[in-house]
Parts: sequence; C-alpha cells; structure tokens
Amino acid sequence: MSEQTTHSTADPYAGFTDTTEGRVHTVTGQDWDTITGAAAGQTERLVVNMGPQHPSTHGVLRLILEIEGETVTEARCGIGYLHTGIEKNLEYRTWTQGVTFVTRMDYLSPFFNETAYCLAVEKLLGITDQIPERANVIRVMMMELNRISSHLVALATGGMELGALSPMIFGFRERELVLDLFELITGLRMNSAYIRPGGVAQDLPDGAVEKIRETLDLLPKRLKDTSDLLVDNQIWMGRTVGIGFLDLPTCMALGITGPVLRSTGFAHDLRKSQPYCGYETYDFDVPTVDTCDVYGRFLLRIREMQESMKIVRQCLDRLKPGPVMVEDAKIAWPAQLAVGSDGMGNSLAHIKNIMAESMEALIHHFKLVTEGFRVPAGQVYQAIESPRGELGVHMVSDGGTRPYRVHFRDPSFNNLQATAAMSEGGQVADIIGAIASIDPVMGGVDR
Amino acid sequence: MTNQPNLPVVPENAALLDTVVTKHGMFSPSAGGDTSGFGGLVERFELAPAAMKPFGGWFDDVSDAIVKAAAAKGLPTESVFERVSIDRGEITFFVSPQNLRTVMQVLRDEPSLRFEMCMGVNGVHYPFETGRELHAVYPMQSVTHNRRVRVEVAVSDDNPHIPSIVDIYPGNNWHERETWDFFGIVFDGHPGLTRIEMPDDWPGHPQRKDYPLGGIDIEYKGATVPAPDKRRSYS
Repeated sequence: MSEQTTHSTADPYAGFTDTTEGRVHTVTGQDWDTITGAAAGQTERLVVNMGPQHPSTHGVLRLILEIEGETVTEARCGIGYLHTGIEKNLEYRTWTQGVTFVTRMDYLSPFFNETAYCLAVEKLLGITDQIPERANVIRVMMMELNRISSHLVALATGGMELGALSPMIFGFRERELVLDLFELITGLRMNSAYIRPGGVAQDLPDGAVEKIRETLDLLPKRLKDTSDLLVDNQIWMGRTVGIGFLDLPTCMALGITGPVLRSTGFAHDLRKSQPYCGYETYDFDVPTVDTCDVYGRFLLRIREMQESMKIVRQCLDRLKPGPVMVEDAKIAWPAQLAVGSDGMGNSLAHIKNIMAESMEALIHHFKLVTEGFRVPAGQVYQAIESPRGELGVHMVSDGGTRPYRVHFRDPSFNNLQATAAMSEGGQVADIIGAIASIDPVMGGVDR
Repeated sequence: MTNQPNLPVVPENAALLDTVVTKHGMFSPSAGGDTSGFGGLVERFELAPAAMKPFGGWFDDVSDAIVKAAAAKGLPTESVFERVSIDRGEITFFVSPQNLRTVMQVLRDEPSLRFEMCMGVNGVHYPFETGRELHAVYPMQSVTHNRRVRVEVAVSDDNPHIPSIVDIYPGNNWHERETWDFFGIVFDGHPGLTRIEMPDDWPGHPQRKDYPLGGIDIEYKGATVPAPDKRRSYS
C-alpha cells in the first residue's frame, strides 16, 4: 500500500504517505495544524482515523470518521485489535478449564462471563436444579458486586473521556473496594475462575461476610462523592444531555440491550423476565429513564448500583451453611481447595486421602482433573443480564469432555453497532460521549 | 448420568438417519477400557434429533403460526421447516437457506410471533455431516411474549451461501461478518461482508474444525515471528 513515504516533519511517526486512495496524514498530537493546512481548499471528503490507540476510545477501538468541519457525516468502527481466539481455545480444554478462558473475555465483568458459561454447561448436563442454594446465593452476590465495579469503571472512564478527571479518580477508588472483596473471596482481583460448572470453586473464607457488610456501609457514602460531582452538574450536562440519542425502535432493530435499552424507558431486564440463579426471589427494581441520551444512561448506572447493593444485602442475609458444589461426584471438582503456606491449592486433608489412603480416590481425582467430565450431546443458548446487556452463550457439545463449540454473544460487540446511529450528524466531540454511554469493553467485543 | 430427564425426547417414528454421525480419533470411550485417548476409537452420536408434534406448550403455537404465515407468503406448508428439534426445553427450527428470509420476516412481523430481536448468528462446523458441514444458528428473542426460539440453517462446504437478513434484523450486520470471518459462510446480500476480527488479508477461517490451534507465524511490518510452538527454546 505504501508506495512512497515522505516525512514532512521531524517526528518520524508523523507526516504523510501517498497511497492509491490518496494522501494519508498521520497526526501524533499537537500537530493538528499540519492537517488543517493540507486540507484547506480540498473539496473531497476528509476521513479521519481515531484510534486504535486513543485515550478516549475506551480501549483499542478504531473509529473511522468522515467529517465536515466539526460535524461527523459518517462514523464506522474498526474492531478486532484485541481478538485472542478464546472461543477456539475452549475447544481444546476441558469444560472446567473453560472458565479460566471465558473470565478473560469481558475483563470488567468476569463473574458474568463465568456464570453464563457455567449455566450453559449445567443446562447441557441437566443439573440446573441440583446446584446448591448456597452456591446460587454466592453467584448472585458476586455478580451484583461485579455489576457495581463494572458500572464504576463505566462512570470513571466515561467522565475521564469527557474531561471530568475527578470522577475518574473517585470511580477507580471505589472500584478498588469491590476488587478487595473479590481478592478476599477468590484470591484474585480479576480473572478469578471462581464460578465453576456445578457451583463455585470454594466457600467464602472466614470474615468475608463481615467485610462485605463493612464495604456495603461505606460504598453509598463514597458513591455520593461521584454522583455529587456529576448529577445536575451544568458542565457535565452540557456534554451529555440530548447526546447519543437512540430510541426504542432503533434499539430493537439493532438488538441493543442493557442500560442503553433501559434509557428509552423500557424496563427489559433478563433478571426479571427470564430469571436464573434464583433472581426471581430477590426484591429489586429495574430503574429506567426515558431521555434516550448519554446523561440518562449515566443516571441509570448510578441507580442500578443502588439496586445491586440492595441485592447483595439480601444475599448476605440468606447465606446458610451448606455445600457450594453439586453432590454428583462425577461432575464436582474432587479437590477441596484451601489456602496453605504456599498459596491456594488442594487441601492437605485431600492430598493425604488420595496419596496415602485411597487408590480409588486418586484414580477418580486423576481422571476428573486431567480428562474432565462428559457432557451429553446437544446445544443450548443461555442468556444473562450483564452490566452491558444480554450476554448470551451458545454452546454445543458432541458428548465429549471438551466443548464442541462455544460462542459468546457479547453485548458490547452488538451494542457498538449503534455508534453510527448515535453519532452521525453530531459533533466530533459528542462521539466520545456516545461511545462512553454504550460502555463497550473491547476484550468482550473481540474475544 | 444416564436417563437424564432433560435429554431430547426421541419419538419412535422420528427420522434419525441424517442426524447420527460417527466420530473417529483421539478421545476416550464413554465407559471403561482404554483411557489413553490414542486408541483410534469410533463413536456414534446424535445431533438434534427430530421432534414430532405435539411439541407441547407454546412451541406448537409458534410453530403453527410460522407455518401459516409462511404459507401465506407462498411457501409449501410441508417444507417450511427441514426439521424441528426440542432439546433441554429449547426449540430449534431447521430451515433451508432459500426459506430463511421468509421465515425471518414472518418471525419479526407476525403479531402472534413478534420476535423483535435476533441475538446474532453463530457458526458451527460439522465436518463429518456430509453436504451440511456449516451450520448458522440464529437465537431469536420475543420481548413481547418473553419467548426464545432458535433458527438453524445448514449449508455445504462447497456452496456455503446463506441469504443475509441484515435488512430484516439490522443488528445482525456484525454478527454475519463475524461468521464469515470465522467459518467462511457467505451471506449473500450483506451490505459489506468483510472480515471483522481477523486482519483483512488473513488466509483461512479460524473457527473451522480443520483449522489448527496455533502454529501460525506472525507477520508484522514485513518481518515474520515464528509461531510460539516453533520458537527457539532456551531451557
């Protein structure tokens, strides 16, 4: 493509290249006037690449904008920069190992990826009803805590991208409180692989319930800091009210779900309409606004965090002692995990049993850990309400010990398609707000 | 794990022949014996057995409504579906590529169906199912009636063409590009069927079963970096 390269400035990365499509300018910052000079007197359209490395595009998202002055006439997304082939990798690992992969897809909502995956495996196995009550409560609790931490990042980065840096600092500070809980419970702040087919990897550690209660008491005060900065703030509203408009019919046509759909006034939430993990037994509301704009989606996320805290409190009240993994020894992970002097691993009691006492237990452990369990042939589609909308898992089994095909219908992937509808005809600066309100996570988009 | 209540109910008179496939290769048997995985084993298993009416619950209403509305648009009643299968409480309508657009239009527009949302399309590659190697699976959701169904289309590797439904469900635009990218299914009539995840000049379709995991050299700015499994080892 690059026939001749002529560098017009001292910056080796800036300058222009003459290609078959015309002259391509590269701008690296502080040198925009070289473009305006070159574009002066040009009647042809001006196509601007924004990203894939750009602080305002929410990750490695490339925006291809056709602009006329400050007005965007066409906007397209280029994605794929974070494609890691997770779906392909899943076909080469056991059903349990898959959790470790899917948790890395949408890295801001790992527990949703894990739960969606595990619910699909359990549906294929036909053990949905056998998941212990305690495991379901823990799953709901982890998901709702995760919804809070994910929405906090949405507010934090959204604020930062529009120039409001204080909410960013507050948002990440509060998120750290939630990540501390994850670290206490699962051992890891992110990518925990905690929810497993059949239940969860291990029970809550001592003191976890008290620690969660403490955090729940602190969070509303801290969240108020963020919302005080932004709610009814005239500068913030000037950048967000009426921006990124997307009404209900457009959402339906484009398959948009999550806060963007609920910002049209339609209370569609899979936790209510197609409940899973016992969501139908919890008392919570599905907040909506009817402004269809960036500001409404931002308010919605704040209110959703309040509802999530309500659910987590109910979870804590419901936690009764009991197993956290299915009873079926052909599926349940054989080892009891425990924290030892060298970190988390198999409990010493279990090691003693398989190494010194029971040959059968050793064989069973070995078979289940190396080969894994079999899942009867068939296909299912399991959807859950992630912070960004419908997270769907289409899973096919051929009856073997590894998935035949797993596809994640990630809400970010689908919702990013609304970029053009939200931003064409508006200002360049408003694209940033529109995309921030979709809250795409590129790890989930590209998988 | 036997006699599970959620496994598909197969009626005696169902047509099964086209759904039983044979698998060869590295895996261990379902029961006992060789566990090495290298025994060159053969296993037969079944994909999506056909269900017979009555399907039960609202499945019959939906299926009848589709057939009736599709017939009104000129499709012969008996060939609207290739097969209907019910598995784990989910219904799948197998539709031929030429009937797909009519069925999708009906699913969206018919008041008794109202499947407002198509949750995308996903490919599955069954290399052993001769003549129907590539499947495209469309999960559909009706918000009005709170129902989900699945539409599945199978095409052959030699002629992997499925009509695009982007004008019916615009949200399928990127999903169809992804399925083209990963499986090589051509969606005829798509406004711009280009690769979406892989680079534009990538050879092959990575999610197909005959495509290896890893082993692909990485090209960057004219230089080639060997695949991870072919790099020098310093250990």
